[in-house]
Amino acid sequence: MTASTANQTLVADGVFRLDDDGRPILFGSRCNNCGNHMYPRQSGCPKCMFDGAEDIELAQTGTLWTWTVQAFPPKAPPYLGPVGADFEPYGVGYVELDNQVRVETRLTVGTPEELEIGMEMEIVAQVLGTDDDGNDIVTYAFAPTGDSSNNQENGDAS
Amino acid sequence: MNDVAIVGIGMHEFGRHDGVSGKRMGVVAVRRALADCGLDWSDMQFAVGGSMDAGAADTMVSEVGLTGLPFTNVVNGCATGGTALSQSVNTIKSGAADLGIAIGFDKHEKGAFRIKGPRGKDWYGGSGLALTTQFFGMKITRYMHDHGITQDALARVSAKAFRNGAMNPMAWRRKPMTEEQVLESMMLSWPLTQYMFCSPGEGGVAMIVCRADKAKEYTDTPIYIKAAAMRTRQFGSFEVLAPSTAIDRDPGPTTDASKAAFEMAGLGPQDVDIAQLQDTESGAEIMHMAENGFCEHGEQEDMLARGDTEINGRLPVNTDGGCLANGEPIGASGLRQVYENVLQLRGQAGERQVPNDPKVAYTHVYGAPGISGVTILSR
Ligand SMILES: [Zn+2]
Repeated sequence: MTASTANQTLVADGVFRLDDDGRPILFGSRCNNCGNHMYPRQSGCPKCMFDGAEDIELAQTGTLWTWTVQAFPPKAPPYLGPVGADFEPYGVGYVELDNQVRVETRLTVGTPEELEIGMEMEIVAQVLGTDDDGNDIVTYAFAPTGDSSNNQENGDAS
Repeated sequence: MNDVAIVGIGMHEFGRHDGVSGKRMGVVAVRRALADCGLDWSDMQFAVGGSMDAGAADTMVSEVGLTGLPFTNVVNGCATGGTALSQSVNTIKSGAADLGIAIGFDKHEKGAFRIKGPRGKDWYGGSGLALTTQFFGMKITRYMHDHGITQDALARVSAKAFRNGAMNPMAWRRKPMTEEQVLESMMLSWPLTQYMFCSPGEGGVAMIVCRADKAKEYTDTPIYIKAAAMRTRQFGSFEVLAPSTAIDRDPGPTTDASKAAFEMAGLGPQDVDIAQLQDTESGAEIMHMAENGFCEHGEQEDMLARGDTEINGRLPVNTDGGCLANGEPIGASGLRQVYENVLQLRGQAGERQVPNDPKVAYTHVYGAPGISGVTILSR
């Protein structure tokens, strides 16, 4: 997953968008009755049972609540990333967005030694692979805050 | 309301049985359960059964007998077998019938469970997040951080399972394995290695239940069902295949089902002599020890080091080798636990019979998307 000059396509519509710097913003909901945050968007609230929520955009930074490393290639499809000899282990975790919700996410770091509960994280775009038209398929991931390699995925996104 | 007893049990060996359908394994379990208490299929007043991936249970009547009995199919994820049993119990409690049978069987394709991502969310599987193994890795990672559990404890659970499985003729994996072998096997989802996970498997279990006051007509060793409770998750519970989870925390459906079952039985964790706890992976057994009320969070490390949950320990856990040694045919798994407890309470568990003269036995299943079932049996 290196920098690319190809056109980008999001892994799905209605889940997130890219901001002007090419960084993902996740689409969430906030319950109109109790303020509970939900991701992905939904109107029914599992906390207070109210049906009605406003669309919001979730925070782009948070702290790592828990993690694992996916050490074997997922079945493809549905997986859109590299499998077989090109597979590389990747981190998966829940990142706690302050006063909002914990979101499940890929992590840019895939080695246990570099992952620690409580570390500061920020969201970045990550290229999974390319679609039939040669476009880069972009999903979101979280990276340790200030990691200098965080922007490599979006070389020419802006 | 009528009390309920288990009078007959039957099982088809767990494992891989090429060329044998899941339903056939269910039929074999049914015939063995009938033989166990000397009854005929025509004596059954009702049946409740299910499988996750091996078809509708009621179609087995074409093989066991077209007697016209009411047969209810249940499909309830990892609680399928447990739900078949609890529906059977409720049928008898209500007075609708005196004698019936609960059946669970299954057969899954090889490899990891093929779970689809949440419906309509292709980005989830596409992004590599739709694997149950990740959840188990993440839940135990957080638990180890919060409660000081080590990877050695994870390995101890697996080694115990394979040791117990080696003494169980019905088990799939019957080769003992050392803690070192478990730790050195392939890392699948940190901190869990290959031999810390159970595999999808095949098998079938059936049990015949009846009004407690009639049980002695069918067996000298009736086992009484003191409680059968099932619960789903509440807000804040951390569950498998969830794109997000609330910052508020709930202890989860296991704790709810456990409390409900103890209340029904009028018993507490201190009364339990033997427990079968969901061990989808070795971390799950550790967490479930506390979630079911058998210890405080974090105590498991010392308990495992002392051997408290071994067959000759203070509270033997997963004496038949659990899911780790038996594999997990989802529809049959919960009933396998009950089968083992019936054997142990009858004193018929052979080589792996617990020596503490058990009177109260406990089972617990847990599965996606946040469901848990508990039973409490007594002699
Ligand atoms: Zn609400």
